[in-house]
Amino acid sequence: MTVTRPATTATISGLAPREGATVELVNVVKDYAGHRALTGVNLSMAPGEFISLLGPSGCGKTTVLRALSGLESISDGRIMIDGKDVAHQPVNKRDIGMVFQAYSLFPHLTVQQNVEFGLRMRKVDAASRRTRAQEALDMVGLGHLGERYAHQLSGGQQQRVALARALVTRPRVLLLDEPLSALDAKVRVQLRDEIRRIQTDLGITTLFVTHDQEEALAVSDRVAVMRDGNIEQVGTPEDLYTQPATSFVATFVGLSNPVAAELSGDTVTVLGIPLPLLGTGPRDGAVTAYIRPEDIALASPDAVGAGIPATVVVSSFLGSLRRTQVRLDDGTLLFVQHDVLVRPATGDRVTLELAGRPVAVSVRE
Amino acid sequence: MISSNATAELIDPAAVAATTPSPGPIRVSRARFAAEPSNLTRRVILIVVGVVFLVPILAMIEFSLRVGQPVKNVQTYGFAHYLAVFDPANNQAYANLFQGIANSLGICAITVAIVLVLLLPTMIFVELKFPRLRRVLEFICIIPITIPSIVLVVGFVPVYSVVAQIVGSYPWTMAFAVGIIVLPYAYRPIAANLAAVEVVVLSEAGRSLGAGWGQVLLRVILPNLRRGILASCFITVAVVLGEYTIASFLSQNTFQTALLLVQHTDPYVAVIFAVLALVFAFVLLLLIGRLGSLRRGGTRLSRRSA
Repeated sequence: MTVTRPATTATISGLAPREGATVELVNVVKDYAGHRALTGVNLSMAPGEFISLLGPSGCGKTTVLRALSGLESISDGRIMIDGKDVAHQPVNKRDIGMVFQAYSLFPHLTVQQNVEFGLRMRKVDAASRRTRAQEALDMVGLGHLGERYAHQLSGGQQQRVALARALVTRPRVLLLDEPLSALDAKVRVQLRDEIRRIQTDLGITTLFVTHDQEEALAVSDRVAVMRDGNIEQVGTPEDLYTQPATSFVATFVGLSNPVAAELSGDTVTVLGIPLPLLGTGPRDGAVTAYIRPEDIALASPDAVGAGIPATVVVSSFLGSLRRTQVRLDDGTLLFVQHDVLVRPATGDRVTLELAGRPVAVSVRE
Repeated sequence: MISSNATAELIDPAAVAATTPSPGPIRVSRARFAAEPSNLTRRVILIVVGVVFLVPILAMIEFSLRVGQPVKNVQTYGFAHYLAVFDPANNQAYANLFQGIANSLGICAITVAIVLVLLLPTMIFVELKFPRLRRVLEFICIIPITIPSIVLVVGFVPVYSVVAQIVGSYPWTMAFAVGIIVLPYAYRPIAANLAAVEVVVLSEAGRSLGAGWGQVLLRVILPNLRRGILASCFITVAVVLGEYTIASFLSQNTFQTALLLVQHTDPYVAVIFAVLALVFAFVLLLLIGRLGSLRRGGTRLSRRSA
């Protein structure tokens, strides 16, 4: 996959854009004592690509990142960076930059010294170290805080410094292990956009681990959804949302309503309404169809004609939209997303219309 | 130990009201239920504790400064005994004592080396690679404190008879026995420091930035354990200088055994050295306290922002 980026805005000499590396994980297996954490992970990253690993806790996403960094050894498979197998290379020889979930600045060093650390390890002379560290700090907007210590910074500032520290050596690959999870919501959004901007400017191949789907969808070129030690689907955020490959992806990425349906050829009959099947489905028969809340509409109360009768359970105001949970007469609960100006009350009788087709269909269990 | 709340309840509300500028029932109830004792209570406690510690020390100092016998109940004071200790003419008389001090300092150095070379790396290794063994290591390190020195010595004597046959009977060999005695005291400060620092994350960060294990140890882990290591070393020195039982039973000449011997011939000199040892231990403890309260960078920031 080729990633196109806007013209760079970086004017920093030490951090000038560099051709990102290709990364390839081939059948990567990781066994812990009696437990297989990764069951043969395959993933290819194009130069300069930003991929997020998304999945629930314990799905193995951090293990993939740590295996790529060298902090975890792998039991089987290959890890290729720029075509070279680095699976047996120690972490300090892999030329990667990493930002951790926990605050990882060295407490005994100033911000400037923290950022210089990687350059010092590479035996860069003192004058260049100072210049490059200052440039990296300027890049994350903290050029004026070089003399401070970690405990004198906020969480967001610490993670910015950690980002500058990871990037100052111009690594081939940047690994981000849930770096935003300890931050409050506003700082989180600001920093995530900033990470994306800097990544785009520098053109560095980046793997971002997160359990926050909004974060993953917002910043990534592609997202890899993981489950039980394997990747379920890799695709652009739009693909994952509109064409989830599995029921797990359909329910994990975005909100989906699982509804009992009947599949016959290319037609799925949902709540008595025939809809076209998206992609390929299982064998004909009883299936579960997954429908997005925005694909169900609340019909106008005075509308006449066929509709699906339901009773409002609860309605929540979400700022730019409103999400209402309704109960069908057969007891099925559904989420419906609609305009904020429509304010159904609990117990109201409403009529639903299916405005879109199911995003996924699976065999009913 | 009396909790601060319990201490607060011991305060007479009337007394508190009398010592505080703002009268009224609110002030009284604050004193009764405050989270920490009032200034007055603190001072009283400090004075009582200070007197308990200072009286014997002052008595020792007073005794060491006495010159001659009292004449008509009037005692003359001076530094005659102090000067006599360092008078070259008395070198022979105090040679055993000075040799004991030298031996003790040698044992201190070797014991500190054992702590730094054996205990410290083991603790770091367990923390980084085998965190599940932390409890086991702690248990092993605490065992010596549960066994009285005299019991340990009974076990050491036959061991040291073999050691003496192999390497000879030298005072420094005691360092290995003392190294076991100091384990509980040396372990605790380092363990507390390790618990306060995210050693695993910091070492991973260091390695991801290109540092090898040696550099991670020297440039990342050790600087962040500085306080714990120093406190551990100082406490080790203090414990070594206070250890008498082992030296006595192993018939070695150390500061403590020499002090006891010299006491029989010159009690003034024994007291002088006891006072000096106390001062030395006091300085060590002050240094530990100072290091413990230092927060790196904090002073500089407050100066800048002030």
